[in-house]
Amino acid sequence: MASVYSQYAWLIPLFPLLAFLVLTAFGRQMQTLGAYIATGCVLVSFVLSLFVCGERLGGNAQGYTWNNFEWLKAGNLSVSAGFEVNNLNALMLVIVTLVSLLVMIYSRGYMHGDERITVFYAYVSLFTFSMLGLVIAENLLLLYIFWELVGVCSFLLIGFWYHKPEAKAAAKKAFIVTRVGDVGLFLAILLLFWYMPGHSLDFTSIHNAMSDGKIAGHIATWIAILIFIGAIGKSGQFPLHTWLPDAMEGPTPISALIHAATMVAAGVYLVARTYDVFSASPAALAVVAAIGGFTAIFAATIGIAQNDIKRILAYSTVSQLGYMMMALGIGAYAAAIFHLFTHAFFKALLFLAAGSVIHAVQTQDINEMGGLAGKMKTTAWTFAVGALALSGIVPFSGFWSKDAILAEAFRHNMPLFWVGLIAAFFTAFYMSRLFFLVFAGEKRSNREAHESPASMTVPLIVLAVLAAFSGFVFTPFNDGFGVWLTGQEAADHANAIVMVLSTVAGVAGIALGWLMYGKKSIARDAVSGKVPWLHTLIYRKYYIDELYDAVIVKPLKGVGVALRAFDVYVVDGIVRLCAAAGFGLGKLGARLQNGQVQAYGLIMLLGMIILTVALMGRRFI
Amino acid sequence: MVITPYLTLGAILFCIGLYGALSKKNAVIVLLSIELMLNASNLNLIAFARFGANPSLTGQIFSLFTITIAAAEVAVGIAILIMLFRNKGTADVNEMDSLKESQQQRPM
Repeated sequence: MASVYSQYAWLIPLFPLLAFLVLTAFGRQMQTLGAYIATGCVLVSFVLSLFVCGERLGGNAQGYTWNNFEWLKAGNLSVSAGFEVNNLNALMLVIVTLVSLLVMIYSRGYMHGDERITVFYAYVSLFTFSMLGLVIAENLLLLYIFWELVGVCSFLLIGFWYHKPEAKAAAKKAFIVTRVGDVGLFLAILLLFWYMPGHSLDFTSIHNAMSDGKIAGHIATWIAILIFIGAIGKSGQFPLHTWLPDAMEGPTPISALIHAATMVAAGVYLVARTYDVFSASPAALAVVAAIGGFTAIFAATIGIAQNDIKRILAYSTVSQLGYMMMALGIGAYAAAIFHLFTHAFFKALLFLAAGSVIHAVQTQDINEMGGLAGKMKTTAWTFAVGALALSGIVPFSGFWSKDAILAEAFRHNMPLFWVGLIAAFFTAFYMSRLFFLVFAGEKRSNREAHESPASMTVPLIVLAVLAAFSGFVFTPFNDGFGVWLTGQEAADHANAIVMVLSTVAGVAGIALGWLMYGKKSIARDAVSGKVPWLHTLIYRKYYIDELYDAVIVKPLKGVGVALRAFDVYVVDGIVRLCAAAGFGLGKLGARLQNGQVQAYGLIMLLGMIILTVALMGRRFI
Repeated sequence: MVITPYLTLGAILFCIGLYGALSKKNAVIVLLSIELMLNASNLNLIAFARFGANPSLTGQIFSLFTITIAAAEVAVGIAILIMLFRNKGTADVNEMDSLKESQQQRPM
């Protein structure tokens, strides 16, 4: 079967770009029209993506690559640009366009009345364009450009409410921290460029070079680890996770789109895309697995003690991304992508539902919410679906994807299996804590909550359906997804012990949360009252921010102050000295010019004498 | 005969004239001093015309011209001085500093 639609996949990113250009050029004149244009363009992209993905599903496993555009040429070296469609990025196209579309519809309600709403839609369109470009980019250099573009969009959108100082600080932090990772990715690209036969950077050549063993093992390790550093920055893995919770200062739809479903998953996508490099190096895979597993449990514990509804979800995102990295590290490629796929839906759902709650009660502190289930039925139900999916309860999507990862871990790496299981327990616990504090119990504030408008609840319902049922594409009884994605028969990953254990962990977490926050038969401070230092430790996020502040930010600021002093006193000083010398000389000249002929005559005489002495004196030297 | 005494006398005359022109307060004396300097140079011209490397009449004729021009110059100078005296009521050279721009217009 020919790749009919895949040939036109390059159109998919162009529609959001078009929307961005139109909105930037004519944004001032349009109010609501801008939102419709952006949404319409993404809708077209989404339909196109569906066609492309549908064609892929038809059993045509061959990727389609077009790279005839010669972009840079220097000597006998040329860099081409183009796009590639295979099963992995066809799936990503659908995820990105779908979540983007739903977020845009949702934003109609959420951002209603904001006077910069067209700017908002322009940024979201630009982001969608960049993300789609990143997904279908055919070589690493092109991917890197889009990689930076999504970073810029993230910066712009976190700082969208730039009048809030926290939002500005968060935007800067996100940009700077992810740049640390980007340097790693850039170095990886340079290394690859240096060692690749023919200096080509496209994924097909990388795949071939890696499978032929053209690149030595230790070089592959270095490249893989540097690529992973890039992924750490983008996907908020430890130790570069600190920007992601702060990024929640941005508008909530943005948190759902960029910081839950798509951009942060770009790190996972990058590792999956360059998986050939990682496969060549067991050491790099071990690092990926270790960092991923550690991040999964580390962020999950922080999530328990936070009070901001969005921050809890942000730490949950960090933790789930850690899961995906862990899965990639232990070789569970299909399971990782599957978790990315389901996570995109249920985490976007949770964020959008949280946004609906915030929209209704105008606060983000979960201690000021409570009893909202009666007022906001749709939000409560959809949030419950998302929470159950995230907690890994049968038959919601999160169960199947988490189970796939845990089953692989069970077979390959027992310690990581236990880490994953404990993280799953914590996840279930903080989600049930969140749910019961927000939606159950009695009201704790006197604000009148009301259900959000249809433009916000409809995306919630769509995502809830997806979060509930998307897991069935890859179950132990139906491994079509894995076969489709990797092109090879997946090993049987049904494992009754794992299923039972992960269900027990999830149910136990939920039950504990219910007992503590729903039924209140266990006092809330049962643990924090006895070991307050533990509570403080995780409430303060293990003091990572403080540590970075003391070790990196403060010394760098000190260097900055010193350099500024050097600039002000030394560099500027020299400039001012030159000016002052000229000025002083001029002043002296002005004093001589007193208008008296005799003084002028005297000066002429003196000059004459000096000249004469100088000319005469030359003879004797 | 040697040229030295003439040149020495010229130099002495010139220096006296220069001293007077630069230091005297009265404008008339300044003018007189300038005449002294001119005559010192005339003396040099004539001395070189007689004892120089190529003795000729040119130097003497040149000094005649100088004397004529000096007379004209003194006539003009005295006329300006008188006009200044009428306007300012003084012949003090130190008061004659209107070449300098006024204090207010001076840039810082």
